[in-house]
Amino acid sequence: MILSTDKSGPFGHAPNSVQKTMTLVLVALLPATLFNIWLFGWPALFMFLFSIASCVGIEALCMWGQGKPIQPVIADGSAVLTGWLMAMSLPPWAPWWIPLIGAICAIWLAKHLYGGLGQNVFNPAMIARVALLVSFPVQMTLFVAPKPLFSDGAPGFAESLSIFFGLVDMDTLSSASAMGFIKTELSRGITVSASMAQTPNLMDTLFGFHPGSFGETSQVLVLAGGLFLLARRVISWHIPVAVLGTILVLGTLFNAINPDRFASGLFHLTAGASMLGAFFIATDYVTSPVSKQGQIVFGIGVGFLTWVIRTFAGYPEGMAFAVLLMNSVTPIIDSKIRPRTFGRTRKGEPLEMTRKP
Amino acid sequence: MKLFAIRGGIHPDYRKELSAERPIVALPMPGRLYLPLQQHAGAAALPLVEVGDLVKKGQILARPQGVISAPVHAPTSGRIVDIAEYSAPHPSGLSQPTIVLEPDGKDEWASLPAPLADPFAVPGKEISDRVGAAGIVGLGGAAFPSAVKLTLGTRNKLETLLLNGAECEPYLTCDDRVMREYADEVIDGARIMAHALGTPKIVVAIEQNKPAAVDKMTQAAKAFPNVEVVSVPVQYPMGSEKHLTQAITGLETPARKLTADIGVVVHNVATARAVHHAIRFGRPLLSRVIAVSGAGIAQPKNIDVPLGALVSEVVAFCGGLVGSPKRLVSGGPMMGQPLPSLDVPVVKGTSGILALTEAEVNERPSSPCIRCGTCVTICPCGLVPVEMASFIRKEKLEEAAKSGVMDCVSCGSCSYICPSHIPLVHYFNYAKGRLNALDREKRKNDQTKTLAEARNARLEKLAEAKRVAAAAAAARKAQSETPAEGKAST
Repeated sequence: MILSTDKSGPFGHAPNSVQKTMTLVLVALLPATLFNIWLFGWPALFMFLFSIASCVGIEALCMWGQGKPIQPVIADGSAVLTGWLMAMSLPPWAPWWIPLIGAICAIWLAKHLYGGLGQNVFNPAMIARVALLVSFPVQMTLFVAPKPLFSDGAPGFAESLSIFFGLVDMDTLSSASAMGFIKTELSRGITVSASMAQTPNLMDTLFGFHPGSFGETSQVLVLAGGLFLLARRVISWHIPVAVLGTILVLGTLFNAINPDRFASGLFHLTAGASMLGAFFIATDYVTSPVSKQGQIVFGIGVGFLTWVIRTFAGYPEGMAFAVLLMNSVTPIIDSKIRPRTFGRTRKGEPLEMTRKP
Repeated sequence: MKLFAIRGGIHPDYRKELSAERPIVALPMPGRLYLPLQQHAGAAALPLVEVGDLVKKGQILARPQGVISAPVHAPTSGRIVDIAEYSAPHPSGLSQPTIVLEPDGKDEWASLPAPLADPFAVPGKEISDRVGAAGIVGLGGAAFPSAVKLTLGTRNKLETLLLNGAECEPYLTCDDRVMREYADEVIDGARIMAHALGTPKIVVAIEQNKPAAVDKMTQAAKAFPNVEVVSVPVQYPMGSEKHLTQAITGLETPARKLTADIGVVVHNVATARAVHHAIRFGRPLLSRVIAVSGAGIAQPKNIDVPLGALVSEVVAFCGGLVGSPKRLVSGGPMMGQPLPSLDVPVVKGTSGILALTEAEVNERPSSPCIRCGTCVTICPCGLVPVEMASFIRKEKLEEAAKSGVMDCVSCGSCSYICPSHIPLVHYFNYAKGRLNALDREKRKNDQTKTLAEARNARLEKLAEAKRVAAAAAAARKAQSETPAEGKAST
């Protein structure tokens, strides 16, 4: 018998792994994804699959370029997850080159140039989304009205392929997202309270029957996925509650002050990427703080910036920008906000000697 | 009793059921006992016997050296056949001076110190002296000489003797069995220790997963109003001295201080039983109860093992190994030490021998950290393991120290829970070793510098004094010569 003493304890390990964590996140994304594949049909499915394939392919290329083994890196599931999340933030009928460019930005620029898994400062999927949004504002805001699979007016398989390959003029099909609509109307001098009356009703927003990015439309299903992650302890409540709470409070407060200028808190909560961002994007392990206290600060920052960008900036949706901006301060949050060490004060000095009276 | 929450911690797979229901059995006396001179924290003992000597059971074989040390006694009667270097029960596999005793089978007692008629009537110093002379060390695993910890009452005003029966390490069941089978002895030992310490109160803390032990101990403690048995939540590392103190008293021991500084002294339950034997019967520490467990052991058992018995004998007594275990561990799986071979002795600090299979160990190559922050959430010391590890990987030891690596108790929770299987505690142990070595070196350098400076100052002073003396002599000479000259001139 060869007994090895090459490593100190513990000699035992929890039955968890990076792969299992990634798989749980994918499972949590599944309901919203399947629903939106049904809602937006074949073109959305092609875009979704190609997005994942691009990310995995680019990651394989990155590893090959560095002369490192490809299989274990792909097997951790992180590239699949990045591709999946990126697809969810793209317009459902985006042509093939959108996810491909996105994958290059996400996997090569945002991840492997920083040193690969765990080393990146910014959320890869959001880097992809923002790079695409800034570079191709027209394609990135071409949302389509829901055309469920096999329903009247839904594109068939062949037509869907044409859409995927960018051979169909999308202008005639496009429809604005609720937040885009409000922003445009406001710039035309129409009050938010007036335009909000014309946005999809709350039920449609909740269940997802409205134009929007591929993964974001059904708040209920995204929320269900988020709750699943909470229940399985993949994520903790700190970031989602901080993000959504901040958005809700700011939205409600300013809406109460001036409803003609500011959309309501509930609208902010149920529109755009709020749910997806709070549960799946801002909670990305690598780019968010490691301590619970830090995560609350991070979440409040994301919520605040999202609301500010949505309300005052040129873009209708601000989640991606907000997450990236907060990603950049994560190292500072981690170095400044940390748990108190046992037996020490917050400043790191040994505790004063106190004895029970 | 109101309990207080402790931070973090984990809930590992305990697997105590492998051996928890096995009553303690005695190991048949092996053909040879290997008694290392260092079975305790502190300085090694000095041998008092020579090869060929015949010794009786309980006779002292090696005496302590200095305050923090412990004697070694003969676990049975027999002949000293060798005093030489033998493999130590340590991962390094290095050898250490060891007395080898060949039992004669008679098990004849030496004359023992007379039992104390009433231990509560003698001063505390007498108790701690006898405990020291009995070679008793902390049997929880740290093996710190118990006598030293029993004199803490002279320095601090103590309130509570906290008897640690948490046994939070997975697999280990020796304390559980000792409490179940010898509850009265444990309580009596604890009361004697409390008398030595001058603590009015005794609290016995047992994790809730040992209900039978809680029952038996509560029964045994019933007659004594100052003894309270408390079941504490099952939460690794509840048995850590400072964390248990916090759970029971709500007091947090300041960094770099002892629990005694806040009025609490913690001793293990098996140590209390050893004290009972030493004071009531004059018997030194000759054997200890260990758990032998793991899926790699044919019949897991709780065994009363004479000190110095080889692990191979103990394993053979349990039906041998099953398959080829991945790791052989002395102590618990969380904080125990990997053993290099079966040919090492059971010593005072050995609380268990585990043969763990591949599946139990669940080792995997580590993958990159995904910064999930679980290690931060579960660290019972409030540290940031992910940050310390990244410093240590880059050999930035000073930063790691600033980040708090010296406050780490090496409980292993972070390594256990890390989804990337990063051996975090391995890094921390490395850093602690290096930092301690650097500190020693620095102290030595400082000392050398101080000595050199003192020497230079002394030499300079000497030279100065010489100069002054020479100048004075010259002046005197000049003075005595001037009148002479004067005389001459006249």
